[in-house]
Amino acid sequence: MERFVFLTFDGLSRGAVYAAFALALVLIWRAARIVNFAQGAMAVAAAYVAYSVTAATGSYWLGFLAALAAGLLLGAVVDRAVMRFVDHTSPLNPVIVALGLVLLIQAVLGMIYGNEFRPAGTPFDRAALTVGGFAVVSPYDLFVFATVGLMMVALAWIFARTPVGLRMRAAAFAPEVSRLLGVNVGGMLALGWALASGVGALAAMLVIPTELGLHPNAMDLVFVSAFTAAVVGGLDSPPGAVVGGLVVGLVLSYVSGYAGSDLTPLAVLVLLLAVLLVRPGGLFAPVTARRV
Amino acid sequence: MNRTVRGGLAIASTIALLASVVACGDDGGSGGAGRGAVPGVTDTEIVVGTHMPLTGPASAGYSKIAPATKAYFDYVNANGGVHGRKITYKIMDDGYNPANTQQVVRQLVLQDKVFAVLNGLGTPTHTGVLDFLKSNRVPDLFVASGSRSWDQPDKYPGTFGFNPDYTVEGKILANHVKTTLPGKKVCFLGQDDDFGRDSLAGVEQVLGAGTVAVKQTYVTSNTNVAPQIGAFKAASCQVVILATVPGFTALSIGTAARLGFKPQWLVSNVGADHPTLAKQLGAAAGLLEGMVGGNYLPMQNDAANPWIQLFTKVNKEHNGDAPFDGNIVYGMSVGYLFVQALQVAGQDLTRESLLKAVAKGGFQGPGLAPLRFSDSDHSGYGGERLTRVSGGTQAYFGPTYETDEGDGPVREYSAPAVTPPANGIPTAS
Amino acid sequence: MSATRAAAPPERAATGAPADGRRGSTLLRHLAVAVAVALLVLAASYGLAPFRNFQLATVAAYLCATAGLTVLTGLNGQLSLGHGALMATGAYTVALCQGAFADHGLTGGWLLAVSLVAAILVTVAVGAVVGAAAARLRGPYLAGVTLAVAVVVPALTVTFDGVFNGDQGLSVPVEPPPLALGAYFPYERWQLWIAAAGTLLALVLLANLVRSRYGRTFRAVRDDEVAARLAGIHVARTQVLAFVVSAAGAGLGGALLAVLAQSVSPGAFSLTLSLFLLMAVVIGGLGRLAGALWGAVLLVVLPDLTHSVTELFTVSPAVAQRLEGNLPLAIFGITLVVVMIAAPGGVQGLLSRLGRELLARWPGRRS
Repeated sequence: MERFVFLTFDGLSRGAVYAAFALALVLIWRAARIVNFAQGAMAVAAAYVAYSVTAATGSYWLGFLAALAAGLLLGAVVDRAVMRFVDHTSPLNPVIVALGLVLLIQAVLGMIYGNEFRPAGTPFDRAALTVGGFAVVSPYDLFVFATVGLMMVALAWIFARTPVGLRMRAAAFAPEVSRLLGVNVGGMLALGWALASGVGALAAMLVIPTELGLHPNAMDLVFVSAFTAAVVGGLDSPPGAVVGGLVVGLVLSYVSGYAGSDLTPLAVLVLLLAVLLVRPGGLFAPVTARRV
Repeated sequence: MNRTVRGGLAIASTIALLASVVACGDDGGSGGAGRGAVPGVTDTEIVVGTHMPLTGPASAGYSKIAPATKAYFDYVNANGGVHGRKITYKIMDDGYNPANTQQVVRQLVLQDKVFAVLNGLGTPTHTGVLDFLKSNRVPDLFVASGSRSWDQPDKYPGTFGFNPDYTVEGKILANHVKTTLPGKKVCFLGQDDDFGRDSLAGVEQVLGAGTVAVKQTYVTSNTNVAPQIGAFKAASCQVVILATVPGFTALSIGTAARLGFKPQWLVSNVGADHPTLAKQLGAAAGLLEGMVGGNYLPMQNDAANPWIQLFTKVNKEHNGDAPFDGNIVYGMSVGYLFVQALQVAGQDLTRESLLKAVAKGGFQGPGLAPLRFSDSDHSGYGGERLTRVSGGTQAYFGPTYETDEGDGPVREYSAPAVTPPANGIPTAS
Repeated sequence: MSATRAAAPPERAATGAPADGRRGSTLLRHLAVAVAVALLVLAASYGLAPFRNFQLATVAAYLCATAGLTVLTGLNGQLSLGHGALMATGAYTVALCQGAFADHGLTGGWLLAVSLVAAILVTVAVGAVVGAAAARLRGPYLAGVTLAVAVVVPALTVTFDGVFNGDQGLSVPVEPPPLALGAYFPYERWQLWIAAAGTLLALVLLANLVRSRYGRTFRAVRDDEVAARLAGIHVARTQVLAFVVSAAGAGLGGALLAVLAQSVSPGAFSLTLSLFLLMAVVIGGLGRLAGALWGAVLLVVLPDLTHSVTELFTVSPAVAQRLEGNLPLAIFGITLVVVMIAAPGGVQGLLSRLGRELLARWPGRRS
């Protein structure tokens, strides 16, 4: 029982981060119909900015803000300087460009910081608190839950309640009509990228301290899990990304806890097939209208 | 019309492609032209190559080894070289991907015509090129991995190891448990490959089968070790032996602290380098206090050690004063051993004379434990000394132990340490 | 090479299905080109240094896989991030077959052919299973499942390490060149012959397939599923078939790679390989088999080339340590981005465009 509780909380705290990262993928998918394979590398770049700022100022929080700012900026830059010029007629072209960006970003980070692990600090203790005799959740885990929760509320508010959020949704769903109505579609797209990349940076800041440390490839594995989560939930659905992230986190934790860590990839495949063969558009897919 | 043009275009492009490949092919022929018979050796130069992960997730730490070896060679070259020959060290990045290793090693051997391959890193990567190196009769020296695969003199006469193999190490770590921590509950976490398997075999050889209470494995593609560490905690393990790479040593110790679990850690030399671990743990480096590890080369922080003084000097002069750690000591020790072998092989250097020189054995250098090279034994160091982290520094304690990978006893090895020659370059004797 | 003709020019496709009688001549034409290429490779194998022979052989092995992926992604519109896993299937099958033959003391050059065929069959079976699941999925969902397939392979080799020997992998015993070729026949030339023979055979078959009725249904499903369905095409069946054909190519490619390397290990068939295969076919030019050729060439030559370029710089050891390995990756990354932006049709698209412009400026050739 204790082991089950322990594995559950461990899985949830990872799942929260996967959820955040999956959300970043969903944001870009909804805005630009691109699966952003460079999400992980971009987030790592932002985390390196945080590392430098923290090293220079000694403050975790300044680094945290710097990562967020760097993430937002990097997203806008990637859209404005690269993705905008990519021919979108074939859905594969942006994917390849994103993969090229991954190599480029990781190589540049390797040149600047070296291909070695850097310590990534946490603002709160990671020692688990004991609740009712079980060591379940650490202050840092609570910080992760709180940050991810806040971020989701903020995003929901931006998209549902603010004019700019409304324009972003309009620009994504009907670019031509929006343009006619005076919406700056290009600007909205860049903003979408910036938001997504900022969310990704946040997720990286949360997850890297719990893994091996800061490294140009630090988010590769997280990307795979988060992409899986986004697909399980349905790429068009932000709530889907959250549920998908938590499900993937739990499955990974249970499988490596009860069956062996080498079996986790197999478990992920089984999960994906089980979900997608029943619901080919993910758990939260809208009902398809066209079916011949 | 259109069709013919398209076909013609395709054929033309194929021909252009082939032509370009041919044009590229020309640069390969110039290799050991001066002397003829021995590839990679002229009167003034010896070309040696290696494959190393310089990029990618597995490159952390390891990417510093080959530059350190190269720096030592540059130092030797600046002091006149070996028998008047300068050593050129070609470092190829394989990213720890066996497919890349295939390509770069063939490039080294077939195109760059290297004399020997030195210190190729990694079990899965190097395993794939053993047959190729054998059929091309390329000396394959001092492989950077503790797998037992390198010690097969009958099957691979040109391949020699360097690191103590994982079983030897497992036995020595277990011997420490047996003699100083008797009656404690022992658990084991190992990488899910030959590293973890061989190490566990060594541990059980000494402690007896069935004495390891909980055995767990990890894979490098899953960075969550909480389930494994949680199982140790649940079983109240008192001693945990780790056969882990540095990243997972730090991860395991960090995770354990998180769970309020504080056993005695015994760590393989692969993952016990204190500066590497401390750097990764950052503020939590204090958790490493009391950790016992194995090693067989001088401790990088032992400024009084003449070897460390030599290597520090070489690092300053020829390696851009890179942060000094165990990987640099390792790389330079490999360089030193290779120069020793070249010296013994003599003026008339051939691949056969080099292999004969290595098989003759008896090398004395920075290593604390004996190198076992002989005609019938191609494994590297045959022992280790234990280290302990105390007050934030890692230092040796107790005697050096030696043993074999079979059921031989773990013995103390008491040959006195040697000091480096005055100019830092070994001589033939 | 016949490959450029693979994608039928749109103007002819629009005129309706060509008469069946032409198929025979298509086969002949492809065979003729294949023979010409074979002679060219034969000549090259004598003119090139051993390392270049090996590189060319590697190109050939990758070409099988990229051609297979081109059929799937370029012609049938299905995205696969898991072709590395299919290559691994072929590679491990060859390793297990060759190992079993060697254990039972069986010798003979023809055994390799048996192993290669076995590799194709096993991969086809795996491809059919994955394809059946894939036929229900579209776009990123298909990408997600195939990505998971790519990640599963290393895990399986570790879980069943009794058979696959975990990370260290298996060795592939391959016989030396037949003595009839001489005692000092370069091994790399022999490898090139094996790889080129296998690949040419596969390419002729693929080229015929894409020019056949099946090829047209592949493209029809890619262009508009609804229209294809209305035209009486069984969409799911077509998609599974495309996956199976593609898997056969990947399986043979992986098998040839294993034969070239004389070993297999999971690290060689990681997710990175799957992603690189996809990059290769898109950069080469999606939708044409000639693009697959350029992709395969890039996979082999570009890392080598960028390494050579970086060797041109002479810098201090401290800087060199930072650039080592990273600079080639950066150059590779920039190349991908720039090529994709400057030439969305890939290398082959660029060449066709150049070819057309050249034609337009050459009034004498205009008909």
